[in-house]
Amino acid sequence: MTTSTFTSSAGASRILRSVWAAIKKIPPVYPLFFAIFISIGFLGQSYQTMPGILNFLRRAAPLAILAIGEMLVLATGGFDLSIGSIVTLVVLGSSKLLNNDPANAIPSILIMLGFGVLIGLINGTVVSYLKVPSFIATLGMLLLVKGGALYWVGGAPQGYLTDNWRFFGREYIENVPILGRFPVALLILIVIAAFSWFIFHRTNFGKQVLAIGDNVRASQLSGVRVRLVRTMAFVLSAVFAVIGGVLIGGYGGVNVTIGEGLEMQSIAACVVGGVMLTGGRGNVMNVVFGAFTMEAMFNLLNLLGLPKPYKDAVQGLIIIAAVAYIALSTRRKR
Amino acid sequence: MATITVSQNKWKQALGRLRIPPVYIFLVITFAVGGLLDQIFADGQIFTNPSIFMNMIVRSVALGIVAVGQTLVIIGASIDLSVAYTISITAVMSSFIMQGDPNNVPQAILIVFAIGAVIGLVNGLLITKLNVNAFIATLGTSLILKGIINGTFSNYTGSIPRSFEAFGYNQIGPIPISILVLLLVVFAGWFLLNRTKFGSHLYGVGGNNEVARLSGLRTDRVLIMAHIICSLTAVLTGLFIVSRLRSGAPWVGPDGIYDLESIATTVVGGTALSGGKGGVWGTLAGVLIFGVLDTVFNQLGVNPYLKTVLRGGIIVLAVASYTYRSKREAA
Repeated sequence: MTTSTFTSSAGASRILRSVWAAIKKIPPVYPLFFAIFISIGFLGQSYQTMPGILNFLRRAAPLAILAIGEMLVLATGGFDLSIGSIVTLVVLGSSKLLNNDPANAIPSILIMLGFGVLIGLINGTVVSYLKVPSFIATLGMLLLVKGGALYWVGGAPQGYLTDNWRFFGREYIENVPILGRFPVALLILIVIAAFSWFIFHRTNFGKQVLAIGDNVRASQLSGVRVRLVRTMAFVLSAVFAVIGGVLIGGYGGVNVTIGEGLEMQSIAACVVGGVMLTGGRGNVMNVVFGAFTMEAMFNLLNLLGLPKPYKDAVQGLIIIAAVAYIALSTRRKR
Repeated sequence: MATITVSQNKWKQALGRLRIPPVYIFLVITFAVGGLLDQIFADGQIFTNPSIFMNMIVRSVALGIVAVGQTLVIIGASIDLSVAYTISITAVMSSFIMQGDPNNVPQAILIVFAIGAVIGLVNGLLITKLNVNAFIATLGTSLILKGIINGTFSNYTGSIPRSFEAFGYNQIGPIPISILVLLLVVFAGWFLLNRTKFGSHLYGVGGNNEVARLSGLRTDRVLIMAHIICSLTAVLTGLFIVSRLRSGAPWVGPDGIYDLESIATTVVGGTALSGGKGGVWGTLAGVLIFGVLDTVFNQLGVNPYLKTVLRGGIIVLAVASYTYRSKREAA
């Protein structure tokens, strides 16, 4: 009798312990996101409805796409500071290429994707073959792309973005069962996240990216083609930035400063999603939720009615607090 | 024949002992090519007019002072993205406190240096005690400073007294005071790095933090100190800018991109972003390259957007000029 109660209580505690272990394994970004999201749900009625939630996700989608691309580079141990200015290039360049004619929408997006591939290739080549640290290489690219875009359009937006170009960023797919109207931007995010999840977590490429970030020399000696993999990461990052730019332009319209600071926001989203800036760690889902957390935070600050400057200050505080929390909790685990 | 090689070796040894960073070759080339372009396409003032030549260096003072601080931090394998807004806060606060009255100058200077020290201390504590990655920690403090300053001031605020303009405009003999201050700061940086215990500790911490810690260094203190010094140099840059502008505005720091440009010039000067290697003389050359480019572009009347493009390209080329031979993969 006593033995059986003893064993059952031991079994219960073992179950409890394994449940606790499972809880501890949940990356801190999820509780963080739900805490912020639930508080904006209390403050803003619209966040309690399905359209409200979908709308929130639509606004978060571009940052999430940029952050996934940034993660691929961060995981190799590098930086990509050029993605914000790529967004500026996409929006300003398209406004020029479109020439106010809807028929030019698809060609202009394709040309921008081409620019993305080119920028990524140059970033990757400069880092891999000229051995320039990626922080400097992509900082140079930031200046080059931003200056180039503004020079191309003469310093001010030329014309507007046609409605069909803006389709991806602001339109909905109507009559989806249960969900109602489904934002196109969110669909694109899902496709990109699934694609990235597959190549990052289910192919050799992803393992090689992480191996390079963990230890370049060791991965090189074990046969990883470091330069090729790294260049691929830069190309994907730049192409994702172009896609993000199409969504951002579609939602927000033409603006000279539209891409400013997005590289820093993406890096912050990645870090909130548990990516280490020294490389070797990364997870697509966590990073997507890192971006959602950032967007939820912006919404929270909006709902609290803070003036823009104080929003910056609180954003800084929250980024530091979130990262300190994650840093301390991972140190405890070791 | 043999004597010639011996004397050549002596020259090489002497040069080696001076340890001139290779980036000075790039500086000389930039200056020569820029001057030639100016001779051919513009009025050729770079080579002939000494005041343009001096102005070229004055252009480098603001960036140069803060870049010395940034160099210290980067040698410690850290980074400081908050310098741009530290500069803004200094510029605005000092002209706000001075209000054009020479009697307020000492307390204004004291207060802005105190603010700078606190910013550096906070950066250092976040990085060492809370284990926040330096990039994120200083990005965060930068956002906080941005919020505070944009929330409090929205335009040019206050003014500085005539006597304080001396820092930005006066000369001792033929040399502007600001250039002397820049040289003094660079020399102080060199002295700190090469002639003090703190300097050797900083190289140790930057080279390998764990090894430095295990060999008994208080690595946290060293890094916190480096961050405080970096913020103080940003304050000095802010004071120089306000003495040139005669009044401070919240956007003077970010408009000059002092955060990213101070990092870029440091790396152009040969300091490794991974830490533990480099020095302030290289940084000075990096800063002067930017000053030369600025002057050349102005002389030639280059479109401002094209200027940005060329700047971006030249930063990458300057760094590539000595990294491309490296055997190790870059990150």
